[in-house]
Amino acid sequence: MADQFDLECRNVGKNFDRFVAVDNVSLTIPKGSFFSILGPSGCGKTTLLRMLAGFQEPTSGDILIKGKSVLGVPPNRRPVNMVFQHLALFPMMNVADNVAYGLRRRGVDKATINRKVAETLARVGLPDSGPKQISQLSGGQKQRIAIARCLVLEPAVLLLDEPLGALDLKLREHMKVELKQLQHEIGTTFVYITHDQSEALVMSDQVAVMNAGKFEQVGTPQDLYYNPQTAFVASFVGESNRWRGTVGETTGDYVAINLDKGGVILADKAAHASLPTGQDVEIFVRPEAIAIGRSDAAPDPVPGNNSLTGTVENVLFNGAASSVQIRETATGHEMSVALPQTGAFANLRAGDVINLAWHASQTRCFAGVLPSGIEGGQS
Amino acid sequence: MARKNGAVRASMLGVTAIAGMMMLGAAAQAAELRLLTWGGYAPDEVIDLFEKETGIDVQVTLSNNEDMISKLRATGGGGFDLAQPSQDRIAGPQQEYGIYKPLDLSKIDGAQFIASMFEATKANTTVDGAVYGVPHVWGTDGLVLDTSKAPNVKDYLDLCSDEVAGKVSYRLRRPTLIAFAFSMGLDPFAAYGDEAKYQEILDAVEAKLIECKPNVKTYWEGSDGLVNLLLSGEIVAAMAWDTGGWRLNNDNPAMNFVAPTSGALGWIDTFAMPAKADNEDEAYQWINFVMKPEIAAMITASAGNFTASKGADAFAEDKLKEQFQASFPQEALDNINWYPPVPAGLETLEGKTLDRIKAN
Amino acid sequence: MTAASSTGQGNGVRLGVVLLATPLLLWLLVLVILPHVDLLLVSLRERIAFRQYEFSFANYIAFFVEPLYWNTYVRTAVMSIMATVLTLIIGFPVSYYIAKIMRGRGKNVLFMMCLIPFWVSELVRTFGWMILLRESGVISSFLQWAGLVDGPVEMLYNDVTIMVGLVYTSMLFMVVPLVSVLDSLDDSLIEAGYDLGGNAFTVTRDIVIPHAMPGIASGCIVVFMLTLGNYLTPNLLGGKDSLWFTEQIYTQFITRFNWESGSAFGFLLLVLSSLIVWIGLKLSRQTLADTVR
Ligand SMILES: Nc1ncnc2c1ncn2[C@@H]1O[C@H](COP(=O)(O)OP(=O)(O)O)[C@@H](O)[C@H]1O
Ligand SMILES: [Mg+2]
Repeated sequence: MADQFDLECRNVGKNFDRFVAVDNVSLTIPKGSFFSILGPSGCGKTTLLRMLAGFQEPTSGDILIKGKSVLGVPPNRRPVNMVFQHLALFPMMNVADNVAYGLRRRGVDKATINRKVAETLARVGLPDSGPKQISQLSGGQKQRIAIARCLVLEPAVLLLDEPLGALDLKLREHMKVELKQLQHEIGTTFVYITHDQSEALVMSDQVAVMNAGKFEQVGTPQDLYYNPQTAFVASFVGESNRWRGTVGETTGDYVAINLDKGGVILADKAAHASLPTGQDVEIFVRPEAIAIGRSDAAPDPVPGNNSLTGTVENVLFNGAASSVQIRETATGHEMSVALPQTGAFANLRAGDVINLAWHASQTRCFAGVLPSGIEGGQS
Repeated sequence: MARKNGAVRASMLGVTAIAGMMMLGAAAQAAELRLLTWGGYAPDEVIDLFEKETGIDVQVTLSNNEDMISKLRATGGGGFDLAQPSQDRIAGPQQEYGIYKPLDLSKIDGAQFIASMFEATKANTTVDGAVYGVPHVWGTDGLVLDTSKAPNVKDYLDLCSDEVAGKVSYRLRRPTLIAFAFSMGLDPFAAYGDEAKYQEILDAVEAKLIECKPNVKTYWEGSDGLVNLLLSGEIVAAMAWDTGGWRLNNDNPAMNFVAPTSGALGWIDTFAMPAKADNEDEAYQWINFVMKPEIAAMITASAGNFTASKGADAFAEDKLKEQFQASFPQEALDNINWYPPVPAGLETLEGKTLDRIKAN
Repeated sequence: MTAASSTGQGNGVRLGVVLLATPLLLWLLVLVILPHVDLLLVSLRERIAFRQYEFSFANYIAFFVEPLYWNTYVRTAVMSIMATVLTLIIGFPVSYYIAKIMRGRGKNVLFMMCLIPFWVSELVRTFGWMILLRESGVISSFLQWAGLVDGPVEMLYNDVTIMVGLVYTSMLFMVVPLVSVLDSLDDSLIEAGYDLGGNAFTVTRDIVIPHAMPGIASGCIVVFMLTLGNYLTPNLLGGKDSLWFTEQIYTQFITRFNWESGSAFGFLLLVLSSLIVWIGLKLSRQTLADTVR
């Protein structure tokens, strides 16, 4: 049963003096999956990864690789390899020697080394780069060599510490797809850490959202996006319109949330049954959950629908990802609404008055008030 | 930036030369006297008295025979107004490098000097009929012993005996070669005029000193180091200056200077005028001033050695006179071998001998 | 008009460069080139008689036919190389510890401790060693007090002591360039080495040393030069057996008044050290430019 998982953490914690960098983290990563750890900078991702690689010992808990505890096993004897944040390619060796380094340390014979290096370089799409110096490579090529250097060792788990962080946007978009593809082809388990939610969502089978040393939620990208379990996840993953309010009275299947700055929003009662009346809450509504319509075509009142009017302040045209910023007429709240990709509202202009509507089931409320400052990755 | 110490030193010499020349220009105005001398020969109290009497500012640079010659050679005899080389080291370097100028004896009060020493020094420092030196301080090289631990050391050769094995020190300089030659029954001074004969003597001494080397703790360089070695008991016998022995005798009565049976080596340090001296009158004033008996006695007290000043003995400390008489009974005094002038060229031969001794 | 003003500006810039370079050029000319030219000329003459000199290679010939000078020369070179290697062997782990393992205050303290001996002059430092090592010195007394030896032991005046003194004197000049070059080595390179299966030995050999090579080369050059040109340490600690080529040069100049052979020796030392440094650079595949980066 246990060896179904390539990697398992049981209640792992790490303290630096009295500072808790990683707090009671448990995870299981099935064989061959792409697992991401997503969290803001400083939340403890690197520390967790370094414990997996063996550069740091956990203060508490246990780490198992292929079902065996690796506590006390030094990094050079763990069947995992790491792609470092700044890649850490050896500038004193050429590309082929970099890739061959691990095989040499294992005492593999020369012919096999040459063959495997050539294969691996071909696999990452750089078959002729062996004799090149590291300084002659572009950013993306360095990236691939760093990965090749690990892959050639056929590790049980490949650890990647924000490997795309140093690349420019265009290349990053490209490498995301390529990495995912590569992982899919070779079938090695990847543990990928990043602070960029789009990287995590695009590439991963499973994502763990980490905050202040703890896992907030682990699940598929879709899960995290559509069913965030905490305010942090809701705010960090994807974009949302946010308000603060208190839970008001229930009417049928719906509960009314009274916004602090005026106005009322309906939410599903069933989804928020645990919130007592009077509870302070954070309210999240995704921009694409809001339907818009011309003010002259007033929508039919549907039970449980939130229906508002607003004035267009700004049209943010971004092709398929275009949106508008709207000031709500009654309360003056600012809102962001995605434009339908059909182009139906291509002629929308600032100052236009429009109707907004979303169903109560699209409203998500979380108890408590997030400390301000943790604004997640709206990329 | 490949620069070696030797090269650096050479450039230092060059820089010294430039500095010396620049000093020439500036020197003339103020009444000053730049003295190149030995430690103890120009004590502060004497300088103070001289300045009070004449208003002349005295600047002292401490040195030794080789250093004086090197410094003056580097500047062509500039940078100083009066130097104090030993009498035997004037004629040769003068012929070779022309670093001194003749003394104007009419400006020196000859009556203040012990006549025999005055005449002997003048004779030894005469080149082409001109006199280049007059005597100032004299003393001897001999044995400095801890008599309680080295009772049987009577002559230089005894330093090579088993009794004092590993507890001996001497300088690796020319006086040591001369001393051992005398102790071996040879007469190096008689061979001064004959290079081949002199080389034979040097070869014999070289063999002896190489054989003697295991006996040597270390070759001493400065007198402070020597005094330290003797006081700590690390050595018990050395070839050294008489003053070193007397200094030690003040602290430990068992230690003293002993005139060796083959004769102590007598040296006389002189006054000589560098070729480019600017302040000649001030230099003559200094010579006449320090040769006054009461002033000379102050210098004896500070340097530990007696001077060529007539009548200065009367002012000298009794303790020093006692030590002198104990070290030099009349026959030892008669037995002193006074250095004749070193002919130019011999030092090159001696240098090679010394190098070989060091290397073996 | 435009042309005129632009040339005027060009001249201004050029004048500025010349003015800036003047001290350097003067320094090079007066303190480096002229003395060496003079030295070369002096070394190529032979004394015939009083104040008479002739052009000749006699001083160089004398060096090669007299085994004494030749031996001293070789001995100095070999001991200097040994001292350099020893300094490197001791200095490298110290530097690694300072640069990579120590953190914060401890790092500075350790670095300062390497500096402290250099707050006093070389003479004082060497006398310190003499006080420790001499027969009536601290260590000898301690050994006797502890009952480990029966009589006083003399630890001065031998080649081992010279070596200890030279290594001690040179340590700083090795540690400073090594610490700075090791500081610049990204920790993750070392970790990557381990991560890929390396052990302490292979990581040091394959990653740390290649990275540190310019620092090693410059440290070695400086230490070698200083050791070769050292005068006080071999002289004072070596006592009667302290044969050292610089001492020989000094003796030729100062106590033998033989500037001719002193200059020749000086030149030979220049050639020797340049040659050894050149060979060292070739062997380590470094260039002089690397070492001053
Ligand atoms: N060696 C260490 N000593 C003390 N604090 C550390 C150490 N390494 C990391 N930390 C702290 O732990 C926290 C988490 O760091 P890290 O794991 O690097 O975060 P990230 O999620 O950005 O990779 C940070 O606040 C960092 O300052
Ligand atoms: Mg990090």
